[in-house]
Amino acid sequence: MVIRVEALDLGYEDRPVLTGLNFQVNRGEFVGILGPNGSGKSTLLHALSGLLPPKRGRIIIKSEALGSLASRLRAQMLAVVPQSTDVRFPFSCLEIVLMGRYPHRRRLGTLTDVDLVWALKSMRRTTTTHLKERTITEVSGGECQRVVIARALAQAPEILLLDEATSNLDVRRKLEIFEILRYLNETRGLTVLCAMHDLNLAALYCRRLMFIKEHRIAVDGPTDQVFTPAILTQVYETPMEVVWHPAHQRPYAVMLPLSPGTRETEAPAETLEAVQS
Amino acid sequence: MKVNSLSATDLDRAVDLAEARSRQKLGARRFGVALIALSLGLVVSVVLATGIGRMDIGWGAIASVILGKLGFHSGAGAVDRTTDVVIWGIRLSRVVLSGLVGASLATAGVIFQGLLLNPLADPFTIGVSTGAAFGVALLVMLGVGGSFLGLSPLPLGALAGALGAMVAVLILSREAGRIRKETLILAGIVVSTFLAALISLIKSLDEESLSAIVFWIMGSFSGRGWIHVGFLLPYLAAGLVLAFVYHRELDIMALGEEQSHQLGVSVSRVRVNLLLGASLLTAGAVSVSGVIGFVGLVVPHLVRVLAGPSHGRLLALSAATGALILIWSDVLARTLLASGQELPVGVVTALLGGPFFFYLLKSRRTRGMW
Repeated sequence: MVIRVEALDLGYEDRPVLTGLNFQVNRGEFVGILGPNGSGKSTLLHALSGLLPPKRGRIIIKSEALGSLASRLRAQMLAVVPQSTDVRFPFSCLEIVLMGRYPHRRRLGTLTDVDLVWALKSMRRTTTTHLKERTITEVSGGECQRVVIARALAQAPEILLLDEATSNLDVRRKLEIFEILRYLNETRGLTVLCAMHDLNLAALYCRRLMFIKEHRIAVDGPTDQVFTPAILTQVYETPMEVVWHPAHQRPYAVMLPLSPGTRETEAPAETLEAVQS
Repeated sequence: MKVNSLSATDLDRAVDLAEARSRQKLGARRFGVALIALSLGLVVSVVLATGIGRMDIGWGAIASVILGKLGFHSGAGAVDRTTDVVIWGIRLSRVVLSGLVGASLATAGVIFQGLLLNPLADPFTIGVSTGAAFGVALLVMLGVGGSFLGLSPLPLGALAGALGAMVAVLILSREAGRIRKETLILAGIVVSTFLAALISLIKSLDEESLSAIVFWIMGSFSGRGWIHVGFLLPYLAAGLVLAFVYHRELDIMALGEEQSHQLGVSVSRVRVNLLLGASLLTAGAVSVSGVIGFVGLVVPHLVRVLAGPSHGRLLALSAATGALILIWSDVLARTLLASGQELPVGVVTALLGGPFFFYLLKSRRTRGMW
C-alpha cells in the first residue's frame, strides 16, 4: 500500500469539490482517474501532491501522513507531471531534468555522479538524450513534455502522478509517453496515477479506473470490469458503446450522437465514395 | 573489472556521463574565466576611476597611497597630506561605495526578476527603492541619526520603507492569486510616484533636514565616504548570503510555484527569505546613495545572455558587472558637465537604462519567453 486516503474532503474556501473519499492504491498499480470536466480530478491530484491541504480526513503516503512530511522527503517519493510546463528562462533540457534531483541534493552540495547518472538515464528512457543541450524554450510541446517526464523520473519516485499530461499531444506522442509509463510500471514497480480525458487511452494502459462524479468516486475497479457502456454512459451523461478489439482484446468506447436519429444510416458509404472518386 | 562484462548500454552510459561531466567542467571553466576577468576589470576600474577627477593626480601617487593603506610601503616617496586625503578619503571611498551599491542593486535585480518571473522587475521599477528612500527621508525629518556600534539607523528606516513598498506593490498587483507582469510594473509606478511625492512634501515641510531632494530621487554619491561603506556592508553581506544560499531554488522557481512545490521546494519560506534578501540589498544601497534606477534591470539581462540563466553564476557575475557599471556611471556623473558640476548618478543610469527598458518592453523574445 503506497497511498491511503481516509474520509477525505477537498475544496476551496466554501466550495466543496470532493467529499468522503476513501481508497487505497497499492505498489505497482496503474490507475486512471476519469470523470467529466470540473469533477475534481485535478483537485484530487493537487491534494495527493500536497499542494492542497485537505479540509477533512487525511492522506497517507507510505505510512506517513502527507501533511507532516517535509517537502523534500515527499518529493523523493512522489513526482508530478502537469499538463503543460511554461519555463520562463532558457535553461537547457539537461538543467531542467537535473532540477528533478533537487530533493536528493544537499543544500550547497555539488552535483554528484549519482545525480548526473539519474538525469541521463531518465533522458534516455524518455528518448530526450539528443535534447540535452537544447534550451527548454525552443523545443516542441511533445519534446518539452517528455523532458518534464524525465525530470519527474530523475526524482527517483515510487509514485508518479500525471495531470492530463498528454492532453495537448498528438496520438503518436500520447502512446509514446504511455509506453514509457507502462514499461516503468511493469519493470520497476512504479505506481502510476493519471487523471485523463481520453477514455480509450485509459482503457489501453490503465489496469484500474476510478470514475469521479458529483463530488465523490462513483466507480472504482479493474478496467475490464468497469469500462462498460452503462458506467460510461452514466458518468459522462453521453450515450456510449463499448467494443472489444478482436486482436488486442482491449475495450474501446464509441460515443454516439447526443440526438439520435437526426442523420440516418445509408448516407456515409455514398459520401465516402463520392469523396474518393 | 572485466571489460567484456560491460554491455553496450553500460558503455554508452559511461560515455554519456563522461561527456556530461566534461561539458560541465567546460561551463565551470568559462564561468571561472569570466569571474576572474571581471574581478581584474574591477581592480583596474577602481584605480582608474580614482585617478579621474578635477584635481590632477599622478598614478604613482594613487598606487603609493592605496598600497600604503593596504600595508605595503612601496617607497615611491611620500605623498602630501592633501593628495592623501583626496585619494583615500574622497575618491577611493566614493569609487568603492559606488561599486558596492552597483553590486547590491544588480543582485537585488536578479532576485526580483527570478522570483517574480518578470523581465522588467528591478528594485526601482517595482517601487522598492523609492520605498526605501521614503523610509530614510522620514527618519531624517524626525531627526533620527547618529550611529550605534557602527550601524546607522538610516538603513533600518530604508529597510522598513522597502518592505512596506514591496508588500503594497505585491498586494496591488495580485489578481485572483496571480501576479501579472504588466500590473506589477504599474503598481510599482503608482507606489513609487506616490512615495516620491511624499518625499518632496517632507522636503518642503522641513527645508533644513533634507539637503538635496535630488539626492534621494535621482541618487548620488556626492560627499559619501568610508562611513557609508560601513553602513552598506552588513546589508550587502546578508543579502548576498541569502541569495547564494537559495540560488538553486531560484532556478527551480522559474517553473512556477506549483512545480517548485512538487519538486520539494518549500516555496513560501524560500520566497520570504529571498524577498527579504532583495529588500536588504535595496535598503542598504538606497540608504547611502538614494534611488538609482535601471542597474538592477539591465545587468541581469546582459549577464543572462552571456552566461545562461543558472542563478548561481548569474548572481556572482551580475554582482561584479553591476559594480563595474555603477563605478563608471559615477565617473560620468562627476565628469560629464564641463562646468565641473556633478550630475546625479541616477540621471546617468536612467539615460543608459531607459532605452534598454523600452527595448525589453517591445522585444518579441521577451514577450514569448516570459
